[in-house]
Amino acid sequence: MSDAIIPTNPRARKRAEGPYGKIGKALDELDDRLGVAKGGRTFMDKIFPDHWSFMLGEIALYSFVILLVTGVFLTFYFVPSSSVVIYHGPYLPLDGQRVTQAFESTVNISFKVRGGLLMRQMHHWACDIFVGSLVVHMARVFFTGAFRKPRELNWTIGLTLLILTIANGFLGYSLPDDLVSGTGIRIAYSILLSVPFVGSYLAFWVFGGNFPGSATIPRFFILHVLIIPLIILGLVGAHLFLLVRQKHTQFPGEGKTEKNVVGTPMFPVFMAKTTGFLFVVGGLTALLAAFFQINPIWQFGQYQASRISYAVQPDFYMGFLDGALRIFPSWEFTAWGHTWPLEVFIPAVLFPGIIFNLAYAWPLLERKFTGDNELHNLLDRPRDRPKRTAAGAAVLALIAMLQIASATDVIANFFHLSLNTVLWAMRVLVIITPLIAYPLTYKICLELQGIKRGGKRKTPNVVTRSVEGEYIATPTPTYSEDEGHELHATPVPTFIEEESPSPRESGVRTVER
Amino acid sequence: MSDETPDQPQGPFARWKMRSRKKVADSVAKRIVDSPRLAVEVQALAEELDERRVEEARDLADHSTPVAISGLRADDPHLQPLAKNPETVQGVIATLFVVGLLLMAGFGAAYVVNAKPWILGATMGFGLFLFGVGLVAWGKYLMPRGPFVEERHELASSRPERDAFAAAIVERGGGLVKRRKLLGGILTGGLGIFGIVAMFPLLRSLGPLPKGTLFHTDWRKGSFAVDSTGRRVSVGDLAIGGLVTVYPEGTQNTDRGQAVDQTVIIRISNENFVTQKGRETWGPKGYVAYSKLCTHLGCPVGLYEQQLQLLVCPCHQSMFNVTNGAIPQFGPAPRPLPQLPLYIDANGYLRAQSDYDQPVGPGFWERTTT
Repeated sequence: MSDAIIPTNPRARKRAEGPYGKIGKALDELDDRLGVAKGGRTFMDKIFPDHWSFMLGEIALYSFVILLVTGVFLTFYFVPSSSVVIYHGPYLPLDGQRVTQAFESTVNISFKVRGGLLMRQMHHWACDIFVGSLVVHMARVFFTGAFRKPRELNWTIGLTLLILTIANGFLGYSLPDDLVSGTGIRIAYSILLSVPFVGSYLAFWVFGGNFPGSATIPRFFILHVLIIPLIILGLVGAHLFLLVRQKHTQFPGEGKTEKNVVGTPMFPVFMAKTTGFLFVVGGLTALLAAFFQINPIWQFGQYQASRISYAVQPDFYMGFLDGALRIFPSWEFTAWGHTWPLEVFIPAVLFPGIIFNLAYAWPLLERKFTGDNELHNLLDRPRDRPKRTAAGAAVLALIAMLQIASATDVIANFFHLSLNTVLWAMRVLVIITPLIAYPLTYKICLELQGIKRGGKRKTPNVVTRSVEGEYIATPTPTYSEDEGHELHATPVPTFIEEESPSPRESGVRTVER
Repeated sequence: MSDETPDQPQGPFARWKMRSRKKVADSVAKRIVDSPRLAVEVQALAEELDERRVEEARDLADHSTPVAISGLRADDPHLQPLAKNPETVQGVIATLFVVGLLLMAGFGAAYVVNAKPWILGATMGFGLFLFGVGLVAWGKYLMPRGPFVEERHELASSRPERDAFAAAIVERGGGLVKRRKLLGGILTGGLGIFGIVAMFPLLRSLGPLPKGTLFHTDWRKGSFAVDSTGRRVSVGDLAIGGLVTVYPEGTQNTDRGQAVDQTVIIRISNENFVTQKGRETWGPKGYVAYSKLCTHLGCPVGLYEQQLQLLVCPCHQSMFNVTNGAIPQFGPAPRPLPQLPLYIDANGYLRAQSDYDQPVGPGFWERTTT
């Protein structure tokens, strides 16, 4: 340092700074203190496999980012209080009505705060996208066997994220204290009440007393904006850390093995793509919020426990529970001096409990039944694991039917059917559909397996006609590098075009794709 | 591969595929001129196909084999962009960025002039979207096309490392516990007890104990039935088929009055109406009163089907017949709505004979009867 001569010639000065200039210098300083160079280079070189289905988790992550940003905006204006005030504001139909501060501030966010309505609608849409993409992402992980050893822990974290997200969506949706969400809270209270032994205590402690309880909105608020988001944030961090540590899974294909990852590097390719994708998700959410109204609470009005409106439907991710509650028979009985409200407890507590616990246990169950204790980095094609695929399809069919069952009244109205017909149809469908879905999926998987050349590049046939007038299709040999590859990542060569006009007028060439 | 005959389609759609293949062959046949040169031409064509395929394969092999990204020469085919004409792509992306930029500026302007929310959303949304598409395209078409490969490093440690780790915990820790059994025991016990003790205030402070509050409403002997504005309901108020939601006087604006005491009065006839045995005096002059809380999940039973004389819950479509004591006719509700005994006082006001004879609303554990 001491006797270094600082050259005046700019070119020479640049040389003295080292080959990487000012950035290199800054990185030197950083590395002196934190030792980031080695790990940093590895991270820049980290390979992300290219497959569209890996985008689903990114949608979930980015909609969570949007939720955080828009949510922070909303907290600046939302008042989590159920104190009653008289509404005076730009929305005239509500003028002079007794409303809670929570409701009033939500209406004000929608009509008074600049950009408030957009932010509110973006927040709500982003939540729906978040839950939806989580479900699809989870389905991808399930059907391709990405949850297998060593990734069982990340499956567990992901599932917990889904449950927390659904819970937080419900809490957030309840905050404006409007007529629709208030009815939802009322139902949630009654579900807590239905738990044997401790139900009434649970309900009183969560709500701070008998329904509606003054503590509801402040408590739901702090859970919704701080506690659960914090847990979600931590779990997302853990999810991503495990993903980096264990590296991505990949589909089989040319050059892809259990011991490597093929794809694009973190910097700059993946960085550009994924940042772009954040913008795409953000842009689409903003467009949804701009053009599609969601949860117009000023039309529902302030929640009052004795009021209700027709066709009350929760957000879509609660639909399967609502459907289960609708179609479950009224099995309440009294035994040993106590009431067992099974008509609520079974569909709303026991059933989701069983479904989610089954999902938690699935990696263990599968390991036990298959005896497969190997590490897996290559993904399965769903058809190659017909039993797993069929089981997943059956559960999805069940959930889908329950989802439809949450609209029995709307369906009856729309198709001019009796409510009784719709109810019994749904009861039958909920049981039958999974029973059909399982063997059907199983059979389709086996049939798909039967296509031996599936996934390989097709080779052309040459059709010739002999002098006798007989047509003979002569197959050309398969590509030598396709031998032994069940899947092939490279596209079909472009020169093969079906029924392309032959350069010669012979017309003898027809090429099979 | 020798046992495989590619012209025999396999799989679920084999027959269908075979048929379509035949069709193609027939259409080709129509165009064929019967000529002795044909065989030669076919041969030439097949050879040409073969050559092109070899070329294609060589080209693929040149750059489709994944390589590690570090240490590549700058002219390595893996580092070239995917786009065949990068300049054009760059132009497209630049256009996307510029339009996106303009839209974002438009968003700023819209915010300043306090434009309608959909204009804010449209400018911001399209702006972000175009930026995003541009960036993704940049990454996909103009950056190194790869593919690149990275080796996975074994996550598992070696046997000695594992043993050393286990030894540290088992031997060191185990030794500690063995030598200091007393301390360990007190520590574990203390933490356990503290955990349990801490649970009490944490949980208990959350809310009051339910005690009897779930069993009673605010209806008392002689309570006046008032509507939501606080006006007392009198005998002349309802025509037959009429309905009004009432509360015990003084509770109509309270949370508890709204959530627990809410009661629906229906006028069924002009004479005293008996819904069930033992309720002979409960429906004076055809006025009957039921708890408005659905016995399924506590939603207000807010719809009245006048023709069928059914109270309907809009949440899950439970239906209660008001003429026979609100026995559930349809839906998931397990119990009839409790009936409130009414009487008409000397001034013609509707009043309660007493509280409900059973808890209102959904079922819960402490409830003793159904």
